[in-house]
Amino acid sequence: MKLTLKIWRQKNAETKGKLVDYPIDGIEGDMSFLEMLDVLNEELIIKDEEPVAFDHDCREGICGSCSLQINGEAHGPDRLITTCQLHMRMFNDGDTIYIEPFRATAFPVIKDLIVDRSSFDRIQHTGGFISVNTSGNTIDANTIPINKYDADTAFEAAICIGCGACVASCKNSSAMLFVGAKVSQFALLPQGKIEATDRVLNMVKQMDEEGFGNCTNTGACEVECPKGISLENIARMNREYLSASLKR
Amino acid sequence: MALDSKIPKGPLADKWTSYKNHINLVNPANKRNIDVIVVGTGLAGGSAAATLAELGYNVKAFCFQDSPRRAHSIAAQGGINASKNYQGDGDSTYRLFYDTVKGGDYRSREANVYRLAEVSTNIIDQCVAQGVPFAREYGGYLDNRSFGGVLVSRTFYAAGQTGQQLLLGAYSAMNRQIGRGKIKMYNRHEMLDVVIVGGKARGIIVRNLVTGEIERHSAHAVVLGTGGYGNVFFLSTNAMGSNVTAAWKAHKRGAYFANPCYTQIHPTCIPVSGDHQSKLTLMSESLRNDGRIWVPKNLEDVKAIREGKLKPTDLTEEKRDYYLERRYPAFGNLVPRDVASRAAKERCDAGYGVNKTGEAVYLDFAASIERYGKERAHVRGLNENDDTLVKKLGKEVIEEKYGNLFQMYEKIVDQNPYETPMMIYPAVHYTMGGLWVDYNLMTNVPGLYCIGEANFSDHGANRLGASALMQGLADGYFVLPYTIGDYLSEDIRTGKIPTDSSEFDEAEKNVTDKLDHLITNNGTHTVDHFHKRLGKIMWNKCGMARNAEGLKEAIVEIAELRKEFWKNVKVPGTQTEYNEELAKAMRVADFLELGELFAKDGLEREESAGGHFREEFQTEEGEALRRPEFQYVAAWEYKGEPKDAVLHKEELKYEFIEVKDRSYK
Repeated sequence: MKLTLKIWRQKNAETKGKLVDYPIDGIEGDMSFLEMLDVLNEELIIKDEEPVAFDHDCREGICGSCSLQINGEAHGPDRLITTCQLHMRMFNDGDTIYIEPFRATAFPVIKDLIVDRSSFDRIQHTGGFISVNTSGNTIDANTIPINKYDADTAFEAAICIGCGACVASCKNSSAMLFVGAKVSQFALLPQGKIEATDRVLNMVKQMDEEGFGNCTNTGACEVECPKGISLENIARMNREYLSASLKR
Repeated sequence: MALDSKIPKGPLADKWTSYKNHINLVNPANKRNIDVIVVGTGLAGGSAAATLAELGYNVKAFCFQDSPRRAHSIAAQGGINASKNYQGDGDSTYRLFYDTVKGGDYRSREANVYRLAEVSTNIIDQCVAQGVPFAREYGGYLDNRSFGGVLVSRTFYAAGQTGQQLLLGAYSAMNRQIGRGKIKMYNRHEMLDVVIVGGKARGIIVRNLVTGEIERHSAHAVVLGTGGYGNVFFLSTNAMGSNVTAAWKAHKRGAYFANPCYTQIHPTCIPVSGDHQSKLTLMSESLRNDGRIWVPKNLEDVKAIREGKLKPTDLTEEKRDYYLERRYPAFGNLVPRDVASRAAKERCDAGYGVNKTGEAVYLDFAASIERYGKERAHVRGLNENDDTLVKKLGKEVIEEKYGNLFQMYEKIVDQNPYETPMMIYPAVHYTMGGLWVDYNLMTNVPGLYCIGEANFSDHGANRLGASALMQGLADGYFVLPYTIGDYLSEDIRTGKIPTDSSEFDEAEKNVTDKLDHLITNNGTHTVDHFHKRLGKIMWNKCGMARNAEGLKEAIVEIAELRKEFWKNVKVPGTQTEYNEELAKAMRVADFLELGELFAKDGLEREESAGGHFREEFQTEEGEALRRPEFQYVAAWEYKGEPKDAVLHKEELKYEFIEVKDRSYK
């Protein structure tokens, strides 16, 4: 396949960026999107041009490193996958592909397609945990039976990979799907209930301070989420938040 | 230097308890004056950093990723072992210990493995308390599955994302301490040297990957939890950034590197599709609970399948060779990884590979779909003889168990594994070798600790499935926090370690000289060019089967390639910016040294054991032939060039377990 890539190039956080055209040839359908970028970068290095910087690591859809807004969609046109799992068979010979970083005030660009998502970590620092010391002296794991439905629902929230596609897809750059997923995981489990009040208040406060927007129930986040995290988690967080606010 | 493994005296089952009762402790007030550096934030590093901070030490944690949550432990799929015996199927600490030593082909250290089995149950309790959502049964209790090389169900899991859930558990424990200011987290920082002051590890040199700045960090002890070196093969199931640099730099500063040739080639990975391939994807071993592995019995059917004239689903049972069930009736599809991988290679080498490249076998779920479908139909009072319904219900069950893996497969291969069997082939996955450590998890360099996959200690020559997660968390949560305290009790009056000493100057210069060389080299080939060539040498000559001739060739070829790399590698950009090529070049430079030591170690080990299969040493049936004279750990001391490394042997004594033939028949 022959393609035209329009890639966002930006030297660093201080400089302005722009889209630059790169024609590329010899791309096969079995290649992943990032392998296509590898091919481009090898060509650029040999031509003494600077390779395109992008985040990536596990290349199997679980580490959450890769991002990329591809033709305006977080992680590109396919569903329930990350960019590293997107294959070139989703494109046609002659296509023009726009490749940009995830855009949000709370995700400043570091270079080219790499953004700084440490705001996500800072939200987790304020409450994304259960306060238990790792001494090993806890109770036997089977002492608290948890009904399977709750355990499974908690798991479905817990599989968030923290990639930021929800933020990049939201017109308000809201992080409520991300925060809602963590709040829900713990709210659904008996172990998490003890600190539930502080958790939701602190995490939402930090989320606001980081500059993420509010939720207006558009649902774009759910559509683009590579792990299919449900909007119900936002609803659950809102309930938790309301009841926590009343307690305080 | 003589190797002292410092195994406590006494009966096996009492060693750890008695050790804990007799070590020195550091009082809480003094812990506040002690700094510890932890490099790597996977299950081992992340859990260690969190626990040390909870205890009161000042922890500085480093990872090259943009967040500790992205360490490659996240990609572990199938599960974590623990001898809880919740299933009442005969499990016990001793049995987990026994399975692990046998699975490792009697090449691991008894006392370490027993301790691992002993603390395994704490891990599950701890993780549940942290809110890790393990799979549960309808009654609300924890569910288990079975993994290779064992006859019990002791594996706890969270669908196909167990590693992710456990790592997020450790990450949450870290977050709590980061929030309290007890862990100072350095994301996007790569460790490039260890600093030794007065014979003790006292700091590290790191590069800030965003700004390119070189930084000095000091501490009273340094802990490496930096993972394995599978990427020396270029293609592996490791993440793109996984590297040996931290461990290798420690080796060059005096830490012995043990058993580098012990590599786990995992039997169930998605086959290579072309030259552009950047990494390989694992399909969890848990799939072998329900999948049956086969190739066609007849070569003409193989040919027809490769040409697309025949579909695998068209072949009747009589025309299929379920070769694992045929060769190993007792363990069947759940033989350990080394055995399953070699058996796949044997069939493919004989011409029975089922894809275009001839390097793939089938992993088939049709029988399980039918079995589960009938079961569910029965439970729901539906017609068990309605084939369409049974298939539909069976697929539902399989989806609940392995949905994410099936989806991953479909996205990569573009085939629906619910309808047609998966195609799989072995790929490099895990490295049992690593830095030599004693019972305290300390290398032979005082104050330099190594935990998780990065050390060599628990898995011998082959690791059992679902044991990597167990070891990572055991080391970080439950072992290191005790052992390091004993060492640090000597440091309560030391005070801050200054970073302006000549040792720090020398280490920093060592790093900047290399960076300067690479960035100004202006060669003609990219870093990947060299990495791929190294990978080819490793796969062809140090892969699933090795022989003396090939290993000797590999030693020469890798040394030549290394020379060429330093002369001819091209690294674009500058040092003082985000520059992934420069970071990659530093990692590949170390792989090019490690690869040579790997081959040397493989050549020296004239036996077959676990993942190390020497063609010259096999039984008449083609099984690995272990030799008693090689019952030792090969710990290599750095002497300038990898080929000049000096061998130190730690003899392995088995006092509590009888060394037997390792049979799974």
